[in-house]
Amino acid sequence: MAATSQNISVTAPLASAEARRQRIGFVVMVAILLVAPFVVYPVFLMKVMCFALFACAFNLLIGFGGLLSFGHSMFLGTAGYICAHAAKEWGFPPELAIVTGTAASAALGLITGLLAIRRQGIYFAMITLALAQMLFFFYLQTPFTHGEDGIQSVPRGTLFGVIDLTSVWAMYFTVLAIFLGGFLAIYRAIHSPFGQVLKAIRENEPRAVSLGYSADRYKLLAFILSATFSGLAGATKAIVFQLASLTDVHWSMSGEVVLMTLLGGLGTVFGPVVGALIIVAMENYLSPFGAWVTIAQGAIFVACVLTFRRGIVGELAARFGSKGNG
Amino acid sequence: MLLKKAAAAAVAALLATAAQAQISDGVVKIGVLSDMSSLYADIGGPGSVVAAKMAVEDFNPAKHNMKVEIVSADHLNKPDVGSSIARQWYDTDKVDAIVDVPTSSVALAVSQITKDKGKAFLISGAASSDLTGKACTPNNVHWTYDTWMLANGTGSAITKTGGDTWFFITADYAFGQALERDTEAVVLKSGGKVLGKVRVPLNTQDFSSFLLQAQSSKAKIIGLANAGGDTTNSIKQAAEFGIVKGGQNLAGLLVFLSDIHGLGLDKAQGLIFTETFYWDLNDQTRAWAKRFAAANGGKYPTMVQAGVYASVLHYLKAIEAAKTDDGTKVVAQMKAMPTDDPLFGKGTIRADGRAIHPAYLVEVKKPSESKGPYDYYKIRATIPADQAFRPLAEGGCPLVK
Amino acid sequence: MEIFGVPTQALFGQLLIGLINGSFYALLSLGLAVIFGLLNIINFTHGAQYMMGAFCAYFLLTKAGVGYWWALAIAPVAIGALGVVIERLMLKQLYELDHLYGLLLTFGLALIIQGLFRNEFGSSGQPYAMPAELSGGHNLGFMFLPNYRAWVIVASLVVCLGTWFVIEKTKLGSYLRAATENPSLVQAFGINVPRMITLTYGFGVGLAALAGVMAAPIYQVSPQMGADLIIVVFAVVVIGGMGSIMGAIVTGFGLGLIEGLTKVFYPEASNTVIFIIMAIVLLFRPAGLFGTPK
Repeated sequence: MAATSQNISVTAPLASAEARRQRIGFVVMVAILLVAPFVVYPVFLMKVMCFALFACAFNLLIGFGGLLSFGHSMFLGTAGYICAHAAKEWGFPPELAIVTGTAASAALGLITGLLAIRRQGIYFAMITLALAQMLFFFYLQTPFTHGEDGIQSVPRGTLFGVIDLTSVWAMYFTVLAIFLGGFLAIYRAIHSPFGQVLKAIRENEPRAVSLGYSADRYKLLAFILSATFSGLAGATKAIVFQLASLTDVHWSMSGEVVLMTLLGGLGTVFGPVVGALIIVAMENYLSPFGAWVTIAQGAIFVACVLTFRRGIVGELAARFGSKGNG
Repeated sequence: MLLKKAAAAAVAALLATAAQAQISDGVVKIGVLSDMSSLYADIGGPGSVVAAKMAVEDFNPAKHNMKVEIVSADHLNKPDVGSSIARQWYDTDKVDAIVDVPTSSVALAVSQITKDKGKAFLISGAASSDLTGKACTPNNVHWTYDTWMLANGTGSAITKTGGDTWFFITADYAFGQALERDTEAVVLKSGGKVLGKVRVPLNTQDFSSFLLQAQSSKAKIIGLANAGGDTTNSIKQAAEFGIVKGGQNLAGLLVFLSDIHGLGLDKAQGLIFTETFYWDLNDQTRAWAKRFAAANGGKYPTMVQAGVYASVLHYLKAIEAAKTDDGTKVVAQMKAMPTDDPLFGKGTIRADGRAIHPAYLVEVKKPSESKGPYDYYKIRATIPADQAFRPLAEGGCPLVK
Repeated sequence: MEIFGVPTQALFGQLLIGLINGSFYALLSLGLAVIFGLLNIINFTHGAQYMMGAFCAYFLLTKAGVGYWWALAIAPVAIGALGVVIERLMLKQLYELDHLYGLLLTFGLALIIQGLFRNEFGSSGQPYAMPAELSGGHNLGFMFLPNYRAWVIVASLVVCLGTWFVIEKTKLGSYLRAATENPSLVQAFGINVPRMITLTYGFGVGLAALAGVMAAPIYQVSPQMGADLIIVVFAVVVIGGMGSIMGAIVTGFGLGLIEGLTKVFYPEASNTVIFIIMAIVLLFRPAGLFGTPK
């Protein structure tokens, strides 16, 4: 989706003003997340963080890789199911269960990536959708997921054998650590040479290829990374909510992550976090009004596509004169 | 996922300066968690909120120096939504008890959370007999009906009167599977045979292919192990495909008054099933139903809504007697006190949380036999309370020793 | 007699049911294929427009006493007109951009429309009476075929083949196809291209609404009715070839048959089989079975 980018230099490292802005942004975010649980319901915040990580992972693929996947729910949900099953049936401690879930999503990312990367644009989106749907129906039927009931009563367990995660605070700070770790890892990926090449491929694939880069390999790697961190989000979510259900593999979940990223700002660093916060908060506070949530989500989609293509963070950045969120 | 329904008329009474009971936060807060907008909205839904409010009114908290508030939310038939709401209600909104919850998968999730937090869960809408079986907890009370009762009432009655070969069309989740399992057991015990089964995703619109499979199995009875819109869809489409004309009969294993109302007597006539409440049973139920209908847009109560009324009423009485609203203690008190309300009559609550009351085998009237709105059922038999539900020892509930 | 362990009777019955489902797939994917093939717009709102067609029929019956046969004519026009409005106001602005924006916009519109209807009507669905002329059925020996379902097959075939004929074989159709390939040239010949595009979108939407009216008597008229169907319809269009009219028709009916067969031999896979085929087609022949690469 070439129309979203601002000018980015492929070879030079991040301009120092830009880097400073992002460091400030990061500090602000961490500060908020440290203080917020004393004011806002911690379980809500944990949900925001899980979805923010999911959206950041998705943004890696679309904002920086230029690939719109319409099937990302398969990574969120697969990790959730595997993690839940591992924790409940196999008795894994939470850290091992989360790792297992994430690994499952990474493997799934490898397999589906190999299939999907071969196509571009709308066809890429359609393949990811098809694969996600196949997986959805598989999960619907297969006994270990318990279909509509989902895997319930997933134990929170004891982290590393010492920290009892049934305590809200222990759980919160664990999720915070996971979120920040994932966020930083994605940030690092974006600003590494790998990330630069990815952006080059997005801007002008033939040119990047002519420079000697194997476009397919970079795209595949981006896809796998995106799948892995989506999986991390999904596995963590399963432990927090002690439940893994069909909602996480349904195609509407894929649509939601697109919405979050679009709203926040494709290709920006903090955009997905902001987008996730707004969408999750909206669902939470509008839920007594039933279908108004869906209507609001639809309206946001329409508004973003027609007039607000850079998303919130993108618009702010453009407004306050930065030269791209590279 | 939060919250009070806008403008929910909370019934608040004056709090005396010296509270008689040790009520947490001074208010008994009851959360009606139901399907407000989808498949089961007419079975429980907003009507359950009406029933709960009527129970609070009839209890008259002011007279007992108590303050009672009602909130409600929509669980969308999804366990993750339902468990999120339950968790938030218990953690931040100071809700003391959750009632209703049609959809067994949500109920199982809420049951676990209720146990973890030591609150009370008054189940009226959900059906799975596991809630008083292997998933029983000291915080659950299961009112109105469950899959075992339905299977036993409907299943044995039909099998013993000639419907001895069955084919199941089952909704593919906890409830449907439990209903199929329990009914199959009864059919086999009564000397019948199960010729086949097919699992159908929840909320399926088109049953034609499954009905065709049922037809070709040549089973005498097609058991519909589903509920709500799934059941009415199956019945309508069965009529379209001439199933009953072809000699097979439909057994609605879980059918409610609202379903019959939606189908119309011409399509529903002759259906036989089991319920535990019907508005036209006696003067008391009739009077209550009229009050209910006036507050519920003219719609008459289903047994689920009646169960919400009865369970909330008993809960409030138990709080007063136990002088606390701690969930585990109140539920223990509910089991210690016999139940008595105008809808279900006299009954008890067993150690496994199962509320015991009589059940009725009903048959839907022909259009010519109905004399007024909602005059739909003929009572074919009354199953006494002690026979209607699964024997205590057979459930596998760890609380029963 | 049995084929692969399944009695022929059951097999034929399921195939016939499959054909009926296929009729809906064909009608719906036809509209989608017309819109994508000629306009390059990925119309995710199609499912919601199908639902609106059914509701339109429902309103016509309950509020105005207008019956099924009139609804078949009125609903497509009404909903098609709404489609025209959408195109004029919103889609127009996206033609210069990546296709995917069109997808996202129409996805958002679908959410809005479905949400509005759900707010008003809840999810449970309204009853719509079967038109008396079409009720009842015939016993074909291997199954009892309701008249209405037979009508669906026939009507769908007629509409599909008629549309194909107009687009591929008439002058109007050739203008349309030319305009897609080179709008400025066609415009230079004096043909009002933007208006043609708008009307074409309206026509595609009208087809969706027509399918909705036909669905009303047998499926629930509910706000959710289009939501899960749209994904399947997409798959049909992709398999058939995103711009190919005949591809959409053949794939629609074909898919119904394949689904029917799968339900007999391996019912658990009946929902998945289309996506498996879609993935395979996308991998080996992304332009679809009948499409030409764009």
